[in-house]
Amino acid sequence: MYRFVLRRLLSGVLLLFVITTVAYLLLYAGGGDIARRIVGPTASQAQVTLKASQLGLNRPLVVQYWDWLTHALTGDLGRSWFNGQLVATGVTSRLSVTLSLVLGATIIAAVISVVIAVLAAVRRGWVDRVVQFVGVLGFAIPGFLIALGLVSLFALNLKWFKATGYVPITTSFGGWAATVTLPIIALSIGCIASVVQQVRGSLIDALRQDYVRTLRARGLTFNRVVYRHVLRNAGGPALAVLAVQFIGLLGGAVIVEQIFALPGLGQIAVAATSQGDIPVVMGVVVATAAIVVIVNLIIDLAQGWLNPKVRLS
Amino acid sequence: MIDTSIALPTQADKVSLFRKLLTNPTGAASMLVLALVALAAVLAPVLATHDPSLASLQSVLAKSSPDHVLGADSAGRDVFSRLLFAGQFSLAGALLALVVAVAIGVTGGLVAGYYGGWFDSMSSWLTGLLMAMPGIVILLAARAVVGPSMWLSMMIFGVLLSPAYFRLVYACVTAVRNELYVDAARVSGLSDFRIIGRHILTVVRAPVIIQSAMVLGIAIAIQAGLEFLGLGDLNIPTWGSMLNDGFINLYKAPTLVLWPSLVLGVVCIALTLLANAMRDELERSRGPVKRRRKGAAAVDSAEAAAKRGEPAVVHPEAPAGEDNTVGEILLAVTDLGVGYDQPDGSTTHVVNHVGLTVRRGEVHGLVGESGSGKTQTAFSILRLLPQGGRVTGGSIIFDGTDLARLSEKDMTKVRGKRIAYIPQEPMSNLDAAFTIGSQLMEPMRVCLGISKAEARKRALALLAKVGIPNPQRTFNAYPHEISGGMAQRVLIAGAVSCEPDLLIADEPTTALDVTVQAEVLDLLRELQDELKMGVILVTHNFGVVADLCDRVTVMQTGRVVETGPVRTIFKNARHPYTKRLLEAILEDAPPRGPLSTGAPLASSAPLTSLTGVKP
Repeated sequence: MYRFVLRRLLSGVLLLFVITTVAYLLLYAGGGDIARRIVGPTASQAQVTLKASQLGLNRPLVVQYWDWLTHALTGDLGRSWFNGQLVATGVTSRLSVTLSLVLGATIIAAVISVVIAVLAAVRRGWVDRVVQFVGVLGFAIPGFLIALGLVSLFALNLKWFKATGYVPITTSFGGWAATVTLPIIALSIGCIASVVQQVRGSLIDALRQDYVRTLRARGLTFNRVVYRHVLRNAGGPALAVLAVQFIGLLGGAVIVEQIFALPGLGQIAVAATSQGDIPVVMGVVVATAAIVVIVNLIIDLAQGWLNPKVRLS
Repeated sequence: MIDTSIALPTQADKVSLFRKLLTNPTGAASMLVLALVALAAVLAPVLATHDPSLASLQSVLAKSSPDHVLGADSAGRDVFSRLLFAGQFSLAGALLALVVAVAIGVTGGLVAGYYGGWFDSMSSWLTGLLMAMPGIVILLAARAVVGPSMWLSMMIFGVLLSPAYFRLVYACVTAVRNELYVDAARVSGLSDFRIIGRHILTVVRAPVIIQSAMVLGIAIAIQAGLEFLGLGDLNIPTWGSMLNDGFINLYKAPTLVLWPSLVLGVVCIALTLLANAMRDELERSRGPVKRRRKGAAAVDSAEAAAKRGEPAVVHPEAPAGEDNTVGEILLAVTDLGVGYDQPDGSTTHVVNHVGLTVRRGEVHGLVGESGSGKTQTAFSILRLLPQGGRVTGGSIIFDGTDLARLSEKDMTKVRGKRIAYIPQEPMSNLDAAFTIGSQLMEPMRVCLGISKAEARKRALALLAKVGIPNPQRTFNAYPHEISGGMAQRVLIAGAVSCEPDLLIADEPTTALDVTVQAEVLDLLRELQDELKMGVILVTHNFGVVADLCDRVTVMQTGRVVETGPVRTIFKNARHPYTKRLLEAILEDAPPRGPLSTGAPLASSAPLTSLTGVKP
């Protein structure tokens, strides 16, 4: 088990390293152009050169990268080119918003998906058909359209929730819940649609397995067999699709944060992108990659817990 | 280049899928919607009432009027005209992403799948890398470097989407690569290029087309998302930028956001439904087997119904006192019918008017070929028929209670504790996710209400009793860590763990090695002797019957043909089917003549097919 954890951990660190390296090299490859874009098209060549040397962009790319990497390892991701703020501080201060949304949506999606999928797989018939049809719609409609619909319906017309803003969970749980509910619903609908399909399929497969009959023949109730045995066996593929969905949720959060004016990673990313604030963009990439790696690690460990064969291979 | 070859399926196939989609209501409706949207975009210059980029101060946020059918946006531009022209850019952008994704993904998948080697491992690793990051974050980062070009963004997004095709094609190709017809093509000297073009592209074509409908929807959505964030090119109208403008003015002009949302939603739904419809049609065209199977089942049931009246040969009981281990009647099945409900509302009967009595301490063999209904009879006693199956008639009196009429809740109390079951295939009957010990303990704790420590003690004792050399190790092992013979012993231990009165063993030795078979049969005999259980032994092997059973019931096509004490049947079988089964025991039979003589072979041919049915 320790070796399994260690191997997953190492491959996660490697993935993080490769993503950030590739991102850095691509983002900083056009050194001169970056300086030109910052000082504006009317500036003289001398101004461009000056700006480039101020930002250290005139050094060889490898030297810049090494400098960035050694600092990044100590937690220093540089400063914003536009407001001088520390990138690491800017990113971490917004992490809680994005994580609230994404983790909240993941957990809610996982729970609701399992309930719906069990219903569809066990009952079949019309329940199954309704679930399938609604699932297709939920999958097809882009998440930000759902978010827009939720804003105009619940926040603007019914005034049940505040349309915008964010209250940290540490300040007030009620306030936090009121500000993240709509965004989480908007994010989780598409996720639920995909996960239900997957879990339903693997549940139907697992229900056909011989051991289901044998366990029932030994006096266990159908529900017990479904929730303790079938669900656990269907859990592997479900977790795999949840891991993929989580990455999609991180992307969806960018747009949803914009719609609900939540000060999360997505907001800082959009602002930095339109300004060309490369160190901040890089910081967002690092944070996103780190979240992905950590969540994948957690899901890998859960896979190992669910399926003894995974641990050995 | 690969892209064009994908668009060149043989004419007949292409027409037939298209035609099938037209007859599928969902498929036809979504194609109609998509065709209308595409047509509107193409005809935008003709249909538009205004220049889409013409700003006008007079009509800023104008409401719907004869001049501006759908109103005007925050710069006074006509919404209807912008929607039409935006269609051109939004669809073209999504198509660009699609083309890039197909070109990279399909080529990569074909090469990696067909040739394997370093390209395979490298590209698999690369696709994993591309899929590790959210697409929109990569697009944002790219936008920071390359600026607000929709075309560049969509090309990059195409690259990000390519793993979807890569994985699909890769999976198809690796499945096909080792098919015999591909080998044959290779041996006959066709170049790799021809083989890929002719044999492999035809296999991947349909999944790629389905995937493309999905991918197109995703590309349209993500492009609208980027534009919505205000990161797009402000000089061209797109649905996403219209959405952005509408959202900014959500309070002042609420309908502004509605039109692009509607178009986007409808297009995305139509694409997804189209993909689903294509998948359904392709699957349906592949499934004639099902229909034939249904026809066969109907014939079976008619046949069974016709034979229903023919009485079974019933041999009298053995004289009293000859076998004193046999006690009172434990189970009496009378007139049992089992049927499966069909989608068309009819019921297919697989077991008809079956009768069976088992006494305490008796081993009762239930014999017959595959499909004779013996396993169905066994499952209906446990009330564990597969989905759709039900007891259609008769009674199953077990110890004074009719199991056929028992509630599911009461039946749960009977299973495991009173009636136990040993399955045929040991490995698939253990849950791979739990240790052997936990699977032994769980039902014991539920049925007997004992503590965990007590259950553990009993489980270890049971494992020792069924002849497992190191009980503690097996207790801690997972099913994949033990052999098939051991697994069957574990299942037997589980079945007898609550000391049942009746044990139903469904071909308990069929899946085992010959040497292990004998050991397992010995074990069953010992346990039966010790616990004084009634046993129903389902088997197709008369050798096993002779070895173990007191009485035997022979089944054929869902009904009983002959029943009686084992010795009587062996000495004096009267039904022709029983006689054929008996003759099929090769033990003690005279050696067969050489093949050339023909005669002995001809008479034994149907018999071997009877005994050799179960793998």
